[in-house]
Amino acid sequence: MSRLVVRRLDAFYGDFQALFGISLEVDDGETVAIIGANGSGKSTFLKAVAGALPAARTAVELDGVAVGGRPAHELVDRGVTLVPEGRRIFPSLTVEENLRIGAYRARAGRWTLERVYAIFPRLAERRRQPGTNLSGGEQQMLAISRGLMANPRLLLIDEISLGLAPAVVKQLYDVLATVTAEGMTTVVVEQDVSQVLRIARRVFCFRKGAVSLFGRPDELSRSRIAAAYFGT
Amino acid sequence: MTPRSFRVQRMTRASRLGLGGAALALVGLITVPLWGDPAGMRRLVELITLLVLAQMWNLLAGYAGLLSIGQQAYVGLGGYALIVLADDLGLDPFLSVPLAGLIAAALALPTAALVFRFQGGYFAVGTWAVAEVFRLLVANTGALGRGTGRTLKAVFPLARETREMVTYFLALALGVAALVGIYAFLRARFGLGLMAVRDSEGASETLGVDVFRTKLAVYLLAAFGTGATGAVIYLNLLRISPDAAFSINWTAATIFIVVIGGIGTLEGPLIGALVFFVLRELLADFGAWYMILLGSLAVSVMLVYPQGLWGLIAKRWDVHFFPVQRRLEIDEPPRP
Amino acid sequence: MAWLDTIVQGLLLGGLYALFATGLSLIFGVMRIVNLAHGDFSILAAFLAVMLVDALALHWLLALALVVPAMALLGYVLQRTVLNRLLGRGILPPILVTFGLSIIIQNALLEAFSADSRRLNPGGIDTASLALGGGLAVGWFSLITLLVAIVVLTGLQIFIGRTQRGRAFRATADDQATAALMGIDPRGLYALAMALSLGIVAIAGVFLGVRTTFAFGSGPDRLLFAFEAVIIGGLGSLWGTLVGGAILGVAQTVGAKLSPGWGILTGHLVFLAVLLVRPQGLFARQRRLD
Repeated sequence: MSRLVVRRLDAFYGDFQALFGISLEVDDGETVAIIGANGSGKSTFLKAVAGALPAARTAVELDGVAVGGRPAHELVDRGVTLVPEGRRIFPSLTVEENLRIGAYRARAGRWTLERVYAIFPRLAERRRQPGTNLSGGEQQMLAISRGLMANPRLLLIDEISLGLAPAVVKQLYDVLATVTAEGMTTVVVEQDVSQVLRIARRVFCFRKGAVSLFGRPDELSRSRIAAAYFGT
Repeated sequence: MTPRSFRVQRMTRASRLGLGGAALALVGLITVPLWGDPAGMRRLVELITLLVLAQMWNLLAGYAGLLSIGQQAYVGLGGYALIVLADDLGLDPFLSVPLAGLIAAALALPTAALVFRFQGGYFAVGTWAVAEVFRLLVANTGALGRGTGRTLKAVFPLARETREMVTYFLALALGVAALVGIYAFLRARFGLGLMAVRDSEGASETLGVDVFRTKLAVYLLAAFGTGATGAVIYLNLLRISPDAAFSINWTAATIFIVVIGGIGTLEGPLIGALVFFVLRELLADFGAWYMILLGSLAVSVMLVYPQGLWGLIAKRWDVHFFPVQRRLEIDEPPRP
Repeated sequence: MAWLDTIVQGLLLGGLYALFATGLSLIFGVMRIVNLAHGDFSILAAFLAVMLVDALALHWLLALALVVPAMALLGYVLQRTVLNRLLGRGILPPILVTFGLSIIIQNALLEAFSADSRRLNPGGIDTASLALGGGLAVGWFSLITLLVAIVVLTGLQIFIGRTQRGRAFRATADDQATAALMGIDPRGLYALAMALSLGIVAIAGVFLGVRTTFAFGSGPDRLLFAFEAVIIGGLGSLWGTLVGGAILGVAQTVGAKLSPGWGILTGHLVFLAVLLVRPQGLFARQRRLD
């Protein structure tokens, strides 16, 4: 059963076209990785699916319903949650308030404040501090947890590794692995290829706004990935 | 590949027509004292001065992105400067007009030092607060007539017709100077920098445009123009008081004129001023309804079609009477 | 002793100014809009109260209880239908539209109520005073106004600080795009903020109308005082607004005592002085004045 179907998705920033007819599917419970160089359209893709960018109505289908072009706040209700690039923690809110605001739409599910604190004790320790007082890795933890608090049916994560040390990134992916193992349908956009391939069942490579390669990680050789990534 | 030849064009056919039309209108206006009546001439002075005020406000808000609701300060300062220069210092009242503009610009400098600390909506209210300070200072100054105000006496020795004619020509000269001045300013390098700032401050800074000095220069220029206009207004009215001279209604009128006509264009305020005057004549007996209608019109324009009346016309027929852009015209390659 | 009395009057006046300032500050914090018709809405509320009192012989408190929800509803509808359409179009449209509304409201009030000054019948409360000892007395009404201001500010603080909606306000003020990713619809939130703002400024308007006379053109001064109180106190701080209002009030009363025509002017000059010396205000929590 497909959770997400994307059909010939175009996306624009004003007059500039960033995506050219992207088509892909994500099955229920599957974890998909999207890799590619800077400016290849990976973030744009997530934004279009999440409703942060305009899209044609039929270009994005969630559980069989055409939702393209719906605004982001509406899509959260339907179970689409985007953990944005650069974390974007709210500076005027404490750690706990950031988590609580993630649950704004009060969707039912297994993710609660208690569960987040159980899995991320560091967040519990700092619950009353302003969200932006945390280190980069902790903020990423907070951003992902904030997204989980919405109990999504489709979790979109944009660039976990941005600006973080490799050891921290590895930790984050360890935790993400347990989340995806529970069956959360996830799309992860990433520049750090090696880490994301650990948890993805399929991977798509974007180049210049189009899909240049896709398949299962074990089927794709390093050289093929590099070729699709850089366009050599 | 054969290179195409191209030209960089300023004038289009429409702008040539517009220029011709403007020249005709100017000739017509110059001859008015020959065939017009005094009331009509005073009305024209009113129209022209409002138009210049609108052009100045448009320069600030539409081109420099400085939304001021305190320009009435310079109307009042210009008017009072006229009284002081002409009555108290004995200078020629007509020569005092540009001097009044200079005084207004001089007072605009410390004003800018304060209000430029703000941006956006807070800048707007800040300019209003400063205008109120000027009003209250004048209203509390005995030498300036306090709340009752003063009358311009320096023109009394002149015959009535002479005074009215010279005032009219002064207003006409002011109007032409303002239009020509702003047009020339925008076409020059400085003006290009200004429009770049309006479109994107950050980008223009990276290109070497000194944003602060550009904005300051425009603010001072607008203060000069507004002050000189204030002097002409009170040369026409002869009687000045702080509540009238520093009234927000000057700004309300100019904003409505510019918004309805089309903000950020040179032609817009012209159209807006005409609409304003026609409406005023039509609704003269209906008191406050006139302002209610004008305000509603301005609000509706902002909501539905922010480019204003001129924006509608220009877009429909691609017409520019005052071409500030340079167009690229590429010659068709010769057929083999 | 007369000076102490003047200062106390000024401090209490700060309570009224804080009521005016709170709504303005809330709107700016959440939406980055300065509502230029803010003062005029308070005068509209005062006139509505006068109408109710005249027509139904109500006590002004009862009129207040009716006018406040009416104005809140007006704010909600105004934001939903008119002002929300200006979102994402830059800084010019909201300023111009609210300015247009200001002129429209003033002229509509002029048409409806003529240029006469009006006042709400205080029923004696304006003359009742509380003796504080040492020859010092404060008016009960001024005290009540200050208390109401404190209650409103406290209520707002609790709402913003402790409720989910209040968190949504803060999140939207921080980063509207990311707040949308949490499922927060900015349009509904802005409408709620405008409803709160107009409701609070209605309280301010009615209290003003009991305290003193007002007319169709009294709005702009209220906006200026509210603005000055916010700037002196510092953006982003609700309690700073109360302090700012108090400082402004004291400046005005002291100035008026020095010379009758100098009251308001002194307030303006103190505001400009704060702007020169400490532009971020006394308790600023936001970084830039834009």
